[in-house]
Amino acid sequence: MSKIRLATVWLDGCSGCHMSFLDIDERLIDLAEKVDLVYSPLVDAKEFPPDVDVTLVEGAVSSEEDLHKIKIVRERTKTLVSLGDCAITANVPAMRNPFTTKSVYARAYIENVTLEPGVPDEVVPRLLPYARPVHEFVPVDVFVPGCPPSADTIFYALTELLEGRNPELSSRTRFGA
Amino acid sequence: MERRTIIIDPVTRIEGHSKITLHLNEDGQVEDARFHVTQFRGFEKFCEGRPYTEMPSLMARICGICPVSHLIASAKACDELLAVRIPPVAEQLRRIFGLAQVVQSHALSLFHLSSPDLLLGMDADPAKSNLFGVLEKHPQLARDGIRLRQFGQQIIERLGGKRIHPAWVVPGGVSEPLSQDNRDAILKGIPEALAIAERTLEWFKYTIEGFREEIKTFGNFPTLFMAIVKPDGGLTFYDGKVRIGDASGKLVAPGLEPSRYFEYIGEKVESWSYLKSTYYKPQGYPHGIYRVGPLARLNVADRCGTPKADQELAEFHELQRTAVLSSFHYHHARLVEILYCVERLEQLLTHADILSKHVRAEARPNTLEGIGACEAPRGTLFHHYKIDEQGLIRWANLVIATGHNNLAMNRSILQVAKHFVHGNRLTHGMLNRVEAVIRTYDPCLSCSTHALGEMALQIQLLAPNGEVLDEAVRP
Repeated sequence: MSKIRLATVWLDGCSGCHMSFLDIDERLIDLAEKVDLVYSPLVDAKEFPPDVDVTLVEGAVSSEEDLHKIKIVRERTKTLVSLGDCAITANVPAMRNPFTTKSVYARAYIENVTLEPGVPDEVVPRLLPYARPVHEFVPVDVFVPGCPPSADTIFYALTELLEGRNPELSSRTRFGA
Repeated sequence: MERRTIIIDPVTRIEGHSKITLHLNEDGQVEDARFHVTQFRGFEKFCEGRPYTEMPSLMARICGICPVSHLIASAKACDELLAVRIPPVAEQLRRIFGLAQVVQSHALSLFHLSSPDLLLGMDADPAKSNLFGVLEKHPQLARDGIRLRQFGQQIIERLGGKRIHPAWVVPGGVSEPLSQDNRDAILKGIPEALAIAERTLEWFKYTIEGFREEIKTFGNFPTLFMAIVKPDGGLTFYDGKVRIGDASGKLVAPGLEPSRYFEYIGEKVESWSYLKSTYYKPQGYPHGIYRVGPLARLNVADRCGTPKADQELAEFHELQRTAVLSSFHYHHARLVEILYCVERLEQLLTHADILSKHVRAEARPNTLEGIGACEAPRGTLFHHYKIDEQGLIRWANLVIATGHNNLAMNRSILQVAKHFVHGNRLTHGMLNRVEAVIRTYDPCLSCSTHALGEMALQIQLLAPNGEVLDEAVRP
């Protein structure tokens, strides 16, 4: 049987969901026999490949780059999983929403600065006016809440998805878990 | 020939979003290199109006790898707002928490992210150059890395209730004492962790013989080094004075107050990155370039204070008569620190009072400004808050480890690119070395762009007129 093509993507998040994925510890070794991790911050692929079976997305859509990325990811993925509260509700990244991007930029790059204050505008992607959940931009197939979801929850969800089943998560995790 | 830019996008096997651009002149020689952090989050602003009691748990969300450091620096800033002295055991428990995190974070950096470069080689097939490739070829080492990271994460879980974003560190101390069962369970894991730390150090010292060219060119230049040290000059991650040493090994500032950080640390905006560059104010920008993190801590500390780590520290200092200058040695320093942390964990956990129930001082805010600092795995971390009479945050500033290293990371990729990247033929190995030097710093970009941005790593080949000649978008 050919291996399942798995990807993990990180938008505006803290990497905690990715760390919780690594917290499956030695089960990573078993997982490696069933899946090819074809794209992830943990591997060297620079471009999101076609025909991905399952993609785990951590983080909210917060910048122009996030938006660009998630559209490509959706196009090339069969089952898209919003992993963690930031992907599902925009959670902590959305705390900037009541402030304007201008004032958020100003605190970091104008006020709390010693030399050459100014908002970076070369090469770096601009923030969108609001940080929003992934499913507001593209259809999402599976939602795994938690901040972060526990390693056991992630392992269970992955195992079910790899077996072609829809994971039953309501008894296993919750927002803020 | 025209000028060109090479883009490496994203930089992989690091924490966060960034890209790298390399600017080449008409002769195909690298003229300039830039490390662009491309994520910006806004924590310094959106914490405004929220109660200070939320800060440790909220600020932990800056980073999923080192949430414990943010918990500690934030709680220390809040201790100042309360104007209390926290119970001694609470301080020791926070130390244990911090040490456990250094073990797991350093293990992640070395085993999960950088070991493919060291074991499979800088020129290895990018499809295999990852933890899973290491598992195939060197299963014992990969398993050691997974186990060591697990050891640290399990301690955090036993103390804080969960592995990532535990809410256990609070203003005034910690929320729950340590139980005897948990203490005993942690102690049981120490021998295995020690054995892994020791055999990995032996393997590393043997392996680096094959990396002489990288050692010479991976951020090998004089800078200042900064770290918090104990009053006696010993290595610490929790509390002490800020010490700054120079490249010759001489102390420039033996003991600065962390709470006066703004007097000696300046922050400059780079228009092409969400990561600000910090510099040592007395020497100005960019001469006040300094490095933080494992390499800096071992360069400025007089001792570790545990037997095995002190032996390793002596050997580390023999690498160079001056300060140890090559950033390649961050890996080595990280391993010495893991050994120290495991030894120190055993010392702290076997202390007679460690199970004491007095772990939290209760108070209301008694001052309106607080600054907390600690050594995060990647370097010195400052949290600075101002509150109003109701205890709501009015203003915050965070100075984060990876920002301290921004100037050095930029200079390092330039040095590596000048040495390894030539002409018009781009190879994976060339560009991977540019990324690998960034990995030595173990940057934490979601951290560093707490207020700034996300970093994704990209390499561009630019011509002198700024035209993009080639991009390193690798398969």
